[in-house]
Formats: sequence, C-alpha cells, structure tokens
Amino acid sequence: MNLAGGSRGAPQPVALEVRNLSFSYSGEPVLDDVSLALKAGEFAVLLGPNGAGKTTLFSLITRLYDHRQGEIRVGGFDLRRHSVQAHARMGVVFQQPTLDQDLTVKQNLAYHGALHGMTPGIASQRAARQLARLDMQDNLGLRVRHLSGGQRRRVEIARGLLHEPRLLLLDEPTVGLDIASRRALVEHVHRLCREEGVAVLWATHLIDEVQPEDRVIVLHRGQVRAKGGVADLLAQTGGATLGEAFERLTPGAPA
Amino acid sequence: MSLAAHGHCLRGIVGRELLRFVHQRSRFVAALVRPLVWLFVFAAGFRMALGVAMTEPYQTYILYEVYIVPGLVGMIQLFNGMQSSLSMVYDREMGSMRVLLVSPFPRWYLLLCKLLAGTLVSILQVYVFLAIAYLYGVQAPAMGYVLMLPALIVTGFLVGALGMLLSSLVRQLENFAGIMNFVIFPMFFLSSALYPLWRLREGSELVHWIAVLNPFTHAVEMIRFAMYVRFNVEATLIVLATTMVLLALAILAYNPAKGMMARKGGPGGGD
Repeated sequence: MNLAGGSRGAPQPVALEVRNLSFSYSGEPVLDDVSLALKAGEFAVLLGPNGAGKTTLFSLITRLYDHRQGEIRVGGFDLRRHSVQAHARMGVVFQQPTLDQDLTVKQNLAYHGALHGMTPGIASQRAARQLARLDMQDNLGLRVRHLSGGQRRRVEIARGLLHEPRLLLLDEPTVGLDIASRRALVEHVHRLCREEGVAVLWATHLIDEVQPEDRVIVLHRGQVRAKGGVADLLAQTGGATLGEAFERLTPGAPA
Repeated sequence: MSLAAHGHCLRGIVGRELLRFVHQRSRFVAALVRPLVWLFVFAAGFRMALGVAMTEPYQTYILYEVYIVPGLVGMIQLFNGMQSSLSMVYDREMGSMRVLLVSPFPRWYLLLCKLLAGTLVSILQVYVFLAIAYLYGVQAPAMGYVLMLPALIVTGFLVGALGMLLSSLVRQLENFAGIMNFVIFPMFFLSSALYPLWRLREGSELVHWIAVLNPFTHAVEMIRFAMYVRFNVEATLIVLATTMVLLALAILAYNPAKGMMARKGGPGGGD
C-alpha cells in the first residue's frame, strides 16, 4: 500500500500551496495573510528571524491544529477536507529531536513505516534504501542514543522520506549541529531535491544556509515580506548581499 | 486506508510501546514494587486490625491481603495509565507526539491505538504482580485469572482515557506531576480498593458517597468479581459508560479543529 504514490490519484500541480493563511493565538496575530507555493523539485528556504511564525506555519501545514482562515493544499489536496491524502504526501523533520533514543535506527524507522500503514517488509526495504543514500546503512542496528547529532538528523530525514512523499518540510533542521554537519545536511537535502524531484520547504534563520539557486521566502512578524530568487531579493531591496537584503526586509529583528 | 494498513499502524504503535517498556526496566520494577510493598507490608500489618467480614464476592471470611489484591491491581493500572499520559505530555514536549499526529490515519484511531498499547503494558505488569501474589498465598480460581482479562482491558482504557484527557489540558510537565497527585491518590484512597464500601460507611457517610461516585471503585469491584468468577453487572456498566465519556472527551481534546492544542499554542512551543 502506498498512498504517497505520485502517479495515482488526482494530478499534482503544486507540491504545496498556502493561500491567504492567517492565524492568531488568543487574539494575537501570529500569521497574517501568508501565501506561498512550491513546485515539484523546488527548494525553498523559509527565512525568518526567531518569532517570525515559522513553527506556527509548520504546525498548520502538518495539521497539528486547524487553520481557520485561508487554504492549505498538499499535492493538490485540501488539508482539511482530504487530510489522509495530504498527510500521505508530506514528510516532516521537526525542530526538536523526535527519535526514540532507546530504540535502534531500524526500530524507529519501522515505527514510522507502520504509522503510514506499511508492512514491516516494505518498511525495512525502504529504510535500507534511504539509509544507503545517506551512507548510514551500517547503523541500522545501532541505538539512536549512540549516534551523533548529525547522524540523528539524517535518520530523521530518512524517516521523513520513508513513505515517499512529494513534499519535505524541515523546521530549523540544523539546530545544534556543528558547521561541518550543517553544511553536509544542507547539501544532502539539495541533492535529494534535484535527484528525486521532492519539493523542500526549509525553515531557518541562518542566511548562510541559502544556496544561490534556492527560492527564498522571507517571513517576518507573521507576514511574507519578500519571495523569489536570491537575485530578485537583492534587486528588490538594493542590498549588495543576501545578508543586507535580509536585514532590510526584517527591520527590528534581533540580529 | 485499507484495513490491513490500519492493522500495521496498530502493530507499530503497540510494538513501540512494548519495546520502550522493555528498555525502561526501572519503570517496570517501580510499577511492581509499589503494590508489592502494600501487599507485604501494609496488608500484613493491618491483617490483625482489619479482618474483613464476609463480603461479596467472597464465600468465606478472608484475610486482609486477599481483599486488597484487586485494589492493588487497579492501582497498577491507575499508575500505568497516568504514566503513559505523562509520557504523552513528555512526548509532546519532545516532539514524538507530533510524529504520531502527522500520520495520515484519523486521529481518533491513532489515540485508540496508543491507549490500547498502554493498556497491554499495564496488563503485563498486572499478571506478573498476580503471579507473585499467588506464590505469597493469595490464590484465586484459575478461571478467575482468565475472566479478569476483559475487566483489565476496560480498566486500562478507563484510566488511560482519563490520563489522556488530563494530558491535553496540561501543557507543562511540572503541572502534570501535581495533577497526578491530585488525581491518583484521591481516586485510590477514596475507593473500595483498601476497604469495602460498608466499612467506609461506618467511618464516614461522606467518604462512602465519594467512593460510590468514584469510577475507580467500580473498576476495582469489576476486577474483584471477575477474579472470583463472578460478573458484577452494575460495576461493569458504570465503568463502560464512564470510559466512553472520557474517551470521547479525550479524542475531542486532541481534535485539530476543536481541540485545546491550538488555543494553547500547541506542543513544542518555539516561535
């Protein structure tokens, strides 16, 4: 059984479409009229200072709770009306670590496979394939406790891709990693994006994680301040570097 | 989603819970030591002071340690139910609850699987405890141990659903510890777990009435009757009805549209 199969079901024009999304906690607006769209195989960086509303946006896209204003579509499926299809088409890497430390890599991945209705056989085949791509095939039997931070993140990415989604969401995935593992992770996900045609939404507040060919969506105080290629952002703000452009787009943000 | 896929999902959630349980040996030991201390120390000491006169479902006069075994079984399940919802609060803070909730299966189904998994873990603990009690001399008819099983499943869901509901109401781990003290201890002490209802009535009319209204009393009586191959219809109906209500409320609390998660800003916090 594979709900995430790209060829079946309705056509998938865009991997992710968010339209006019607004959200507030107890009267205080957190997201204000946010719209964005991701095509298959596109790598988009959701760039915003802390407190911009990135995690809230992710909570709404993963349907931890419902949005009341606006629309979210994953692979063409409305999140509220067709949540089964929408959820089957997205993979998520959360900001906080979410692996069971006492269980092995294989057990963690098997659990995730089961949560997507996979037989143990299929789950273990796919786990092996995903880990091989990350050069981690020898770690299947290791407890997560014994992995480094970078390795854990890679397991979480393998997990996010286990059900072969067309959209991968990563919420500040490099938090707590050293510079080398950070760079490796950024490059790895870019390669996935190119080779597999997975659309990636990568949230971060670190400008150096943006690569020249990425699309950038700047979120500040719950609003989309700019979106486009790196060149577009520079032209729009008159900044010489992305750093300058980002500073001009996010006035008043802590550096 | 096909039926088989639902089965894989259930197997995965139960399997994870069992694996985690196996890896947390200290939790297992603590879960066993607690009722055993009550049985060996408390009951042995009180056996002189508190002989229990003939009470349903017992056929003869019984020793106090015989009387409290079903109550201690309930205690194991009560602690386990609260502990697994504590792990839900903890999971939620750690994010693995989010992993569960991004599964494409309907949320009510995921939560039911989670409850069943916790219930099975508690039943394992109960049977180990009963085996030790058996060696100690508290012996029920063989059939009683079989008939207890459905009663244990229902009780597991009762306390599990209660814990789940509480976990959805409490955001911080620290608050939850307080809630546990305010829930577990009154539920246990103000019930028929330690003394029969008529005995409580002799002590205080008020305590007696609280115990009668306490669903845990009925869970313990249901288990007690089953253990001696009797069926307590009234207790079973009360426990079933209460479980249904708590389940419905817990599922509603975790519902993305109506739940409390959005109002509270949801798990994980962050920005």
